[in-house]
Amino acid sequence: MGQEGEQVKALLPEFERRHPQLRVRVQQIPWSAAHEKLLTAYAGDSMPDAFQLGNTWIPEFVALRAIEPLDERLRTWPADALADYFPGILAPNRLDGQTFALPWYVDTRLFFYRADLLASAGFAEAPATWDEWLRAMKALKSANDASRYAILLPINEWQLPVILALQRGATLLRDQNQYGDFQNPLFRQAFSDYLNLFEQGLAPPVSNAQMANLYQEFAKGTFAVYVSGPWNIGEFGRRLPAELQPHWSTAALPTFESQAGVSLAGGASLALSRTSPRREAAWKLLEFLAEPQQQARFYQLTGDLPARQSAWSDPALANNRHAQAFRRQLQQVRATPPIPEWERIANRIAYYAELAVRREMTADAALAALDRDVDRMLEKRRWLLARGVTP
Amino acid sequence: MIGPERHAALSAWAFLAPALALIAVFFFLPVLAALLLSFTDFDIYALGDLDRLRFVGLNNYLHLLQSPLFWTALGNTFYFVAVGGPLSVAVSLGAALLVNSRLTRFPGFFRAAFFLPVVTTLVAVAVVWRYLYHPRYGLLNYGLSLLGIQPVDWLGDPAWAMPAIILMAVWKNFGFNMIIFIAGLQNIPPTLYEAAQIDGASAWRQFRHITLPLLGPTFLFVALMTMIGYFQVFAEPYVMTQGGPANRTLSVVLLMYEEGFRWWNMGYASAAAFVLFALILAATLLQLKLRRKNTFDG
Repeated sequence: MGQEGEQVKALLPEFERRHPQLRVRVQQIPWSAAHEKLLTAYAGDSMPDAFQLGNTWIPEFVALRAIEPLDERLRTWPADALADYFPGILAPNRLDGQTFALPWYVDTRLFFYRADLLASAGFAEAPATWDEWLRAMKALKSANDASRYAILLPINEWQLPVILALQRGATLLRDQNQYGDFQNPLFRQAFSDYLNLFEQGLAPPVSNAQMANLYQEFAKGTFAVYVSGPWNIGEFGRRLPAELQPHWSTAALPTFESQAGVSLAGGASLALSRTSPRREAAWKLLEFLAEPQQQARFYQLTGDLPARQSAWSDPALANNRHAQAFRRQLQQVRATPPIPEWERIANRIAYYAELAVRREMTADAALAALDRDVDRMLEKRRWLLARGVTP
Repeated sequence: MIGPERHAALSAWAFLAPALALIAVFFFLPVLAALLLSFTDFDIYALGDLDRLRFVGLNNYLHLLQSPLFWTALGNTFYFVAVGGPLSVAVSLGAALLVNSRLTRFPGFFRAAFFLPVVTTLVAVAVVWRYLYHPRYGLLNYGLSLLGIQPVDWLGDPAWAMPAIILMAVWKNFGFNMIIFIAGLQNIPPTLYEAAQIDGASAWRQFRHITLPLLGPTFLFVALMTMIGYFQVFAEPYVMTQGGPANRTLSVVLLMYEEGFRWWNMGYASAAAFVLFALILAATLLQLKLRRKNTFDG
């Protein structure tokens, strides 16, 4: 998918050399259309033998019975190989005790920040807690003029409200993920933490599309902190002006008083199509791409961070100072609820969060509406569970 | 014995059969399937295993009518049709009159230039328009600032996003209707204008009493096609705003696409499609009826 589909081709000659009887045909699809294309491919009975998928889509493709469980085949692996994966990243690939996909590369969210601006606001180091970060952000905001902000949180994204909720210990859904649990005090607290960032003027109420060139704005100091993922290590390196390169940094997410500073266990995985007649050969490809050397090479080609921890000792990655915060963050990641409806629920969270930020709805009304919408989305799941069917 | 008429009818059917079969297989059958689908809760669970499909009667339609999102989408679509439709027809007619005027030099050039946006890919157009609309660096706001008007966040401000989409859609589409209007204008016999000039009719009265009535059928065609097309607005908001900000540019077809192909709620999406079909049919019949009444009155 995306540029990965292009870059992975560079790994394949080695695979084909080791397996002369096998030939790999890569079909490249853009990320924005990938989910729809895979569903349509399934409906049209033209699934690829092995395929990449976002790890939050796994429950959906398991519900479709589109993925072959891998546990039989994994039995041939050395005992410690699976333990080499970041545990929080392996978790979303397993459902009901079965492993359905192998993590390929990881994605999580943390802070990208302007160390120079932070230093001029009196913080030589990135703070570790939300309290200190809030003080830093207030200092950044007041030191700046009105058109400048401390942090950019695109209001059409669900990630930060959900991360804050996970940090607060909220479960998002309740009763075996059959109902929304967004009016729970823990979620409510996280939601108001999130809204506060806008109410105090620390974050501008704009969507991603409105920030036409966020790299330029970051360079100009329109905002000093941005919550984003690994792909932006490369983008910041390419797009920020050279004189700014020493002055930006990454930091693991801050923590609330006693809780861990968790972030999301995102990433892409590789899975086998259940209906493919070439599953044996496809499995060889998955095993090949899972090797630490291939993971490290794939990082060099794409900048995608490897899911296997041993691949991180590769010098190219060990020497990247921006990647180290990700390594720390990856020890503290949590998955979103493993149900097919999750993407849709996340979309509704973003929708109501946006309405609340824009003050078109109060926080209470937004969360009540969110629970109502989510309960309706989960109606089919409740019906299936009531019939004793695994959804 | 087969009579000659029966024989002719049979051969006619035989000749029509391939075309009819194609229409049946690729049009009526899918429409029928979609209608059936709209009475079920077909979703990814059902896609994986048909045992998990439920027949839900009219529930999809009921949910749709109770869903605030559907009403938002419907309101936005009506907004788009009610403002964009007449605007598009008026701009096309104006452009057609200008291009067709005897005073215009290089009419061929203008005809081609105005038609150009119609044949340009929408995605390329959208990228350029996103730059034009950019709140800080956009050409449009730069122009406004010269007039002393504060910058407008065209695509990000809930109040301005739809007008911005309409403006782009009208610019993109008016060329097509313009060509049809030009054809209609050229069908009006010049002798009528000559006679009117001899009688001393002003340009406005010529337009009012010759051009407009004789353009009647063209007008009806253009208005109907524009309305039907505008009711199905999808690509412009899909590319420009994805329905945002705060769903202010979410159209019914975009909602249907999201429900159907993003969330795979095929039953619900089919229901939305049929509601839209019913609305377009009703609006078309209404327009035809109004037009017929007007023609008799005139």
